[in-house]
Formats: sequence, structure tokens, C-alpha cells
Amino acid sequence: MGFQTIKFYQTGTYTVGNRLLLPDQRSVQAGESRSNSINSGHRACQGCGEALGARYAIDAAMAESDNRLIAVNATGCLEVFSTPYPESSWQVPWIHSVFGNAPAVATGIAAAMKVKGKKDVRVVAQGGDGGTTDIGFGCLSGMFERNDDVLYICYDNEAYMNTGVQRSSATPPAARTATTMPVGPEPGNPFGQGKNLPEIAMAHGIPYVATATVADLRDLEYKVKKAMKMHGARYIHLFVPCPLGWGTASSDTIRIARLAKESGLFPVFEAEHGEITGVLKIRRKVGVEEYLMPQKRFAHLFGSHSHPEMVIRIQEIADRNIRKYGLLDEEAA
Amino acid sequence: MLKQIEGSKAVAEAVSLCRPEVICAYPISPQTHIVEALGEMVKSGRLAPCEYINVESEFAAMSVSIGASAAGARAYTATASQGLLFMTEAVYNASGLGLPIVMTVANRAIGAPINIWNDHSDSLSQRDSGWMQLFAENNQEAVDLHIQAFRLAEELSMPIMVCMDGYILTHAFERVDIPVQEQVDAYLPSFEPRQVLDPSEPISIGAMVGPEAFMEVKYLAHAKQLQAIERIPQLASEFRNIFGRDSGGLVRTYRADDAETMVVAMGSVIGTIKDTVDEMRDEGHRIGVLTIVSYRPFPLEQVRGALLHCRRFLVLEKSLAVGMGGILATDVRMAVTGAGLKGYTAIAGLGGRPIFKSQLHQLFRQAEKDELPPVTFLDLDRDAVNRQLERERQTRRSGPVAENMLHDKGIVSAKFG
Repeated sequence: MGFQTIKFYQTGTYTVGNRLLLPDQRSVQAGESRSNSINSGHRACQGCGEALGARYAIDAAMAESDNRLIAVNATGCLEVFSTPYPESSWQVPWIHSVFGNAPAVATGIAAAMKVKGKKDVRVVAQGGDGGTTDIGFGCLSGMFERNDDVLYICYDNEAYMNTGVQRSSATPPAARTATTMPVGPEPGNPFGQGKNLPEIAMAHGIPYVATATVADLRDLEYKVKKAMKMHGARYIHLFVPCPLGWGTASSDTIRIARLAKESGLFPVFEAEHGEITGVLKIRRKVGVEEYLMPQKRFAHLFGSHSHPEMVIRIQEIADRNIRKYGLLDEEAA
Repeated sequence: MLKQIEGSKAVAEAVSLCRPEVICAYPISPQTHIVEALGEMVKSGRLAPCEYINVESEFAAMSVSIGASAAGARAYTATASQGLLFMTEAVYNASGLGLPIVMTVANRAIGAPINIWNDHSDSLSQRDSGWMQLFAENNQEAVDLHIQAFRLAEELSMPIMVCMDGYILTHAFERVDIPVQEQVDAYLPSFEPRQVLDPSEPISIGAMVGPEAFMEVKYLAHAKQLQAIERIPQLASEFRNIFGRDSGGLVRTYRADDAETMVVAMGSVIGTIKDTVDEMRDEGHRIGVLTIVSYRPFPLEQVRGALLHCRRFLVLEKSLAVGMGGILATDVRMAVTGAGLKGYTAIAGLGGRPIFKSQLHQLFRQAEKDELPPVTFLDLDRDAVNRQLERERQTRRSGPVAENMLHDKGIVSAKFG
């Protein structure tokens, strides 16, 4: 992939201080002209991956659209923590309608902009995994199929966090949620297929689909900016750890997101018109235990009543991802 | 221009003359011909600029309309029956946000059992959704009400359903005077939204409101509808000045002077009722008609005023408040509280059951003699119902109710042959 060209060799990381870069290489978030689309003072939990991801994504979209952006929000954490009247954090025109219709509301706005000849105004719709993979799935698929001029961003924290951590179709197998408790012979969420929404989006043949995590924020900015350069239906699936729902330390959000990617459980890639065009390779492969163990939602897999067979099955998922998406360089393998 | 035209096509012409900017289309009988006709107009370039969007559900149809309206575009859609119920969450949202969307409801029954024919159960189920509801008596009025609806909706920044009876009106070919563009342009100014999503002036729409202001926001919707009670007659009067005919308004009376018995109803059945009343008047019966055009807002004072002089009223409605009786009748009784009138309810025409003049003659005569029970079910086959109840007493596994009824009644279409 062409977006991660700079490696900071002294520390062996890709985390590059902006002062070492030319101005045009610096991140949107590092710039003085960043729009602060979601302003400070909102009510997200400490260490919220969604708040971080949304801030980077919407500011990048603002930068790319010359600040001519309208945002739509499904019901969910992001909507609730950012807005109670009259304390809206949003510095962009923003609308929330109901839980399951953000893609359709965005379609309506895009249609209004088109009919009024406002070609410069762009539309972003956003929702959590519940609003995207479950209740908003029909509207999302419709928006994809019509190739409406909307960028949809799913902030995936793998459960209904706003209502108190209930299972969604994006909840991983074995995870504890309030509706898949770690009891009985197969504790936690049943093993199933879940919904691989990036793949489903690709199956619609839309111009652009990408996945990203909050561990690679420059990658996120790159993908949002790339998506905003295109027209038609575009989809970004962003992996955002939830300290409250996952039982992780607030200071661990970035680390957990990185482990999801480095284990292969969350493949980071981009695709155009249904074909994968780039993959963010695993840099230092880790076993899934390293990702699972710091999370209380998987605590029942380890310790005195451990379920090693479940860990093995989760590892198999990661291994399949690694093979399927080619996540390992030959040398690293 | 006078045309012999299908009701749906006529409404499509009227909507087109209102210069909608975003139209959401999803097929459901009996509304489909309207959006089909509009689709052809947009595709041919006759209606421009306009975005015509084939959505994937009625829920999306209303949601796209919400987005379009919030972004300042004049938005229109049409639906019926199950479609209206499927979009219900977004229907409430549109009125809660104060978005002046106009929607045609081609009134149709609600299943189960699935039934595509006309009654008023669908839009009446949205009675408290915050939408205004105007009922057309014929296709001319359906055309005219759409033009008035866009004007009223945008003035008040509240959405309106224009209700027309499925099939009876939507699929009927009648003589309709289709207005010309100059007339509609003179009546309907361009849409100036009260709130709009605009990057030059960012606002948040649809955020959470707690107990401290929720009641006031909801009351405001009520206050808007009370304003509509003032504005609807004025708009009908302005309409007459430009288009040269009476259409709309809150209520209408027919042969009501000196009437001792008043029949109250909405929609196309008014035609059959008027014919029956004409015949009864010829025979010397003192009977008249009150047509409710505006179901929401419900014009309590106007209904009271129209009924106070009579001795009794009979509300004939194509809807049923299961477990209670009439839906419209409840509102009418509210309007005449304390007036000492006798009131009767007749539930009729559910699921498209024909309403014949002969039945109305009998019903109205019974009402005149005060021989009606409080609630009458017109043309109800009580024997069939009793036989089913008996089957259910006899056996636990009595099977699907609707199938049993059909077996019991034989070939239903033969009955109306």
C-alpha cells in the first residue's frame, strides 16, 4: 500500500513525529487548520476508540472537502455522547434521525445537494456496528446498490455499547456481552459467521471499501481522504476498541487495536470496485492470546476454567485471515 | 385542463406541478401508479430538476425524504398499508424534526390477513404521529389537496399525508381539471426551510432532548396543528381565487339545513352517502351529511357547529378501534360533548367490503328511528363469526382463522356478482 511510506528507523515504528516531516506530509490532525469537527467537551468515556476515530475521520473528510461537509449519525454512543442539546460538539452540519436509517438520510441529503447544484458539498454517514451491520443493514445495502454519493463510516466496537454491551452481528465468537454471558458449556457469544461487512460492501461492487484501526491513524486519514476524492458509495470499517464494553484499560485502546491487526483477527485492507487493492501487512505477528488476554470480555477463556479449544478456534480465524488477505510478508512469515 | 384520467395519474400530475425536488419511490399497491407516473416524468426530463430515487423499502423512502427535506429540498413520497407501518418510526421522526414532507397515502387495509383493498386503518394508525391528514372525496379533490398540502406543510414546517381511497380513487378514471403551471406557481411559493443542513451555517438537527424541553417540543407540534385549523380554510379560499373551485377546507356539509340526522364520514364513501341522502330527501327524510376533510388537525369546533342543530349523528367509518369501536366516531363524540345528541357508529367497508346504497338506506332509516346499537358492523356475517367461535370451542387446533372463514363463506366474489 502506498500510504505508509515513512518508517522511523531509530525506533523501528511507523509513528512519525510531524516535526520530522515536510508540511504536506503531516497529518490533518497535526495541522493548525484542522476543523475540530467534533469539539472537545463531549461525554465519551476515557479511552473511547470511537471518539478518537470519529475525530480523525471527520476532520480528514473536512480537509478533503474544503470544509463543505454534512454529517449524518445513526443512533448510538457517538450520537449520544456528542450532542445532547444545547451542547452539541459538532462543528459541521449534523443530523440524527433514527437508529436504522443513517445511510438513507444521507442519500436524501446527497440527492438534495445534487438537485440544487451544490456539487461541492459532500455527505458522510456514520454509525456503530449495531447501526451498521444489524438495524441499518437494509438501508446501507440500498445505498450501496444505488451507488449514492455517500461515504459511510462504521465505527466497529463489536457490540451495542450505548445500551449496555449487548451482542451485535459484529460481536466476535466467545466474547462476553450482556446477552451472551460467559456461562454454560459454551460461554460467551456462539461461534458463527457473524457479518463481514467490508466483504459484503465489496460484493456490491462500490468504488471504495477500506478497513482501518485507531492504531494506525495516519492510515485512517489516508483512507478517508482517498474515499473523499472519489464519488459514489464508499465504505470505511473502522475498528474502535471500547474500554467499557471490552473490559480493557482506557490507556490500552491503541495497543488493543494494534494487537487485533497484528494477530490477523482484524485484517486491514482497501478495495476498489470489489477487488482488493492493498493490504496493511502484519509487522510483528502475535498469537491471538496476546490480543484476547487483556480483555475482560474474553477472561473466561483463560485461568482456572479455561477454554483452550475456543482460543484455538479463534486462532484459526486469524490464520484464515492471514492466508486469505495475504497479511504476512514472505520474509516475516 | 380537463382530462379523463386515472386518479393516480392525476395526482402524479398535481405533484409534478408542485415542483418536488426529491421523490422516493417504493412499490406498494394501490399507490404504485403515482410513483410510476412521476418516474416517467423525471426520466423524460419533463419534471426537472428532480431526483427520483428507487429506494429499497418504505422505511428508506421516508428516511431519504427526511434527509432531502432537512437539506432544504421539497420532498415527496407515497405509500399505503403495510408500507406506512413499515416506515412508522421514520414517520414520527419526520414530524418530530418538523420537516414539511408531503406523502400520498392510498388508503388500504392492514394485515393479517393480507388484503390489498381499501379502508382507512393505515393512515388512522398514524393518528398521533404528528402528521396532518387530509382526506379526498374524489380525484379532483385529491389533486387539489396535494397542491394545498405543500403550501400548508411548508408554511408550518410540518408534514402532511394526503389520503385517498385505494383503488376506489387511485384506479378510477374520472374527469379531473388538471391545473396549469402558472396557477400552481402563483399559489405555491418556493420552499424556504426553517432549518437547513448547510456547511456555511452548521447546525445540529435531531439531537437528544431531555425532560426539560421535550414536552414543549411536543406541544409545539400540537400548536402547529391548531394553527392549521386557522390556515386550512384560508388556504382553501385562496385556492378558490386562483383555481376557481372549492376544494379542501376543514369540513363540508351537504343538505344539512334542518337535518335531524347527520351522517359523518371521510373519503370517497361520501359519494354513496350523498346519493342515498338525496334519495331519502326526495322521500321527505330530514337527513344531511358532514364530510371531514381534515382528520388531523381534527376541527372540533367546526364539527360541533355542524352537528349542534341535529338530533342524532351516525359516524360511518372504514376503520375499527379493536376492543372499543370507532376511531373517527370517538373524535366526533368528543366534539359534541355535552350537546345531548344521540350518537351512533357504523363500521363499514373494512378490507374493501363494498358499501351499497341499499345498505345505507336501511342503516340510515334505523338511525332515524333510534333503533341502532351504539356500534354497528355493516354487512357483518355474524353467523360465520359464530360458527368460527364454535369451532374454537370444539377443538383446540382450530387452524388459521382467515382460511376457516373463507371455507365457511364459499366463493366470496360470487356474493358481489
